[in-house]
Amino acid sequence: MIVAEQKPLAEIRQMIKGHRKVLLVGCGSCVTVCFAGGAKEVGILASSLRLAAQIDGDDLEVTEETVLRQCEPEFVETLRRKVEDADIVVSLACGVGPQTMVEAFPNARIVPGLNTKFFGRVLGPGVWTETCAGCGNCILHLTGGICPVARCSKSLLNGPCGGSVGGKCEVSPDIKCVWQEIYDHLAVQGKAENLAEIIEEKDWSTAGHGGPRTITRKDLQI
Amino acid sequence: MSFEPEIIGFCCQYCAFAAADLAGAMRLQYPPNVKIVLIPCTGRIDIIHLLRAFEDGADGVFVAGCLEGNCHFLEGNIWAKKRVIYTKGILDEIGVGGDRLEMYNMSAAMGQRFAEVATEMTERIRALGPNPARKHKKIEAAEVAVEA
Repeated sequence: MIVAEQKPLAEIRQMIKGHRKVLLVGCGSCVTVCFAGGAKEVGILASSLRLAAQIDGDDLEVTEETVLRQCEPEFVETLRRKVEDADIVVSLACGVGPQTMVEAFPNARIVPGLNTKFFGRVLGPGVWTETCAGCGNCILHLTGGICPVARCSKSLLNGPCGGSVGGKCEVSPDIKCVWQEIYDHLAVQGKAENLAEIIEEKDWSTAGHGGPRTITRKDLQI
Repeated sequence: MSFEPEIIGFCCQYCAFAAADLAGAMRLQYPPNVKIVLIPCTGRIDIIHLLRAFEDGADGVFVAGCLEGNCHFLEGNIWAKKRVIYTKGILDEIGVGGDRLEMYNMSAAMGQRFAEVATEMTERIRALGPNPARKHKKIEAAEVAVEA
């Protein structure tokens, strides 16, 4: 999933300053699962904004909405009347959400309520970790299903660097050396010898360094 | 006129609510500022319930659950404790102040303790003064009264 976290309340308040009718729009997908921008978090933010406005004596009207997927125009379209009625919209979605909203409602003022962090998974309750770098050219079949692009601090492709000590990365003792994990995993499978094969230099042209990436499927186009 | 705080106590039916009942049966004196909300377990408490209480004008809020290790649903009170700590942070960020929120643990037999908690919380909130988010609401109410 795409993992995000809410911006500090002070930053959100700064963005909506001078606007009276605020519409908060959550997203029912990734950011609901990572407790950053679902209906529940929209409610908590709305309540926080109202309380803060009451303290300052500001006249603030907060409306709450959550759509199933804020990254798709069809879902965002259902908000049209509410967006038109609002002075400003705070999107609690990943960075795709506000941009979909801007596209749909070019006259509306849309601001982000979240900081989008990474593609990740749940390590345990309340903990998420980066797991995929979205490099556009997957090599998991070569690395025991564990991604060194996302999970090695240097994105090394052929074994650990000299900073791997006791299974930990030199960057932080909280980071596991992913190459140790890859080795351990393949060793359990009896396939550690796979690591003797050199992974050729990776084609990074798919990794987004050449501008925004687009996928086109002619069979799906209307 | 001296400030009389309004305090909401979210009380678990298996312990604190029964303790409050016992305090009454024992004829113990405690401040009448505490309004009790019966909940099935403190694990039912969510951040939004606590914020809404402040939004609707409470000066202080407490959550009272079973003694740790004695939750009827095993660990509802542990979850509640974590949520109360997290919400204290939100209240600090908002400017209401995390000190206005507290978590207590007691058994159904601790009527005396409930009276102490009610007194302690009332004194704490009295010292902190009114919920800052309420001041403008009060002014509005006063204006309406004058106009009427």
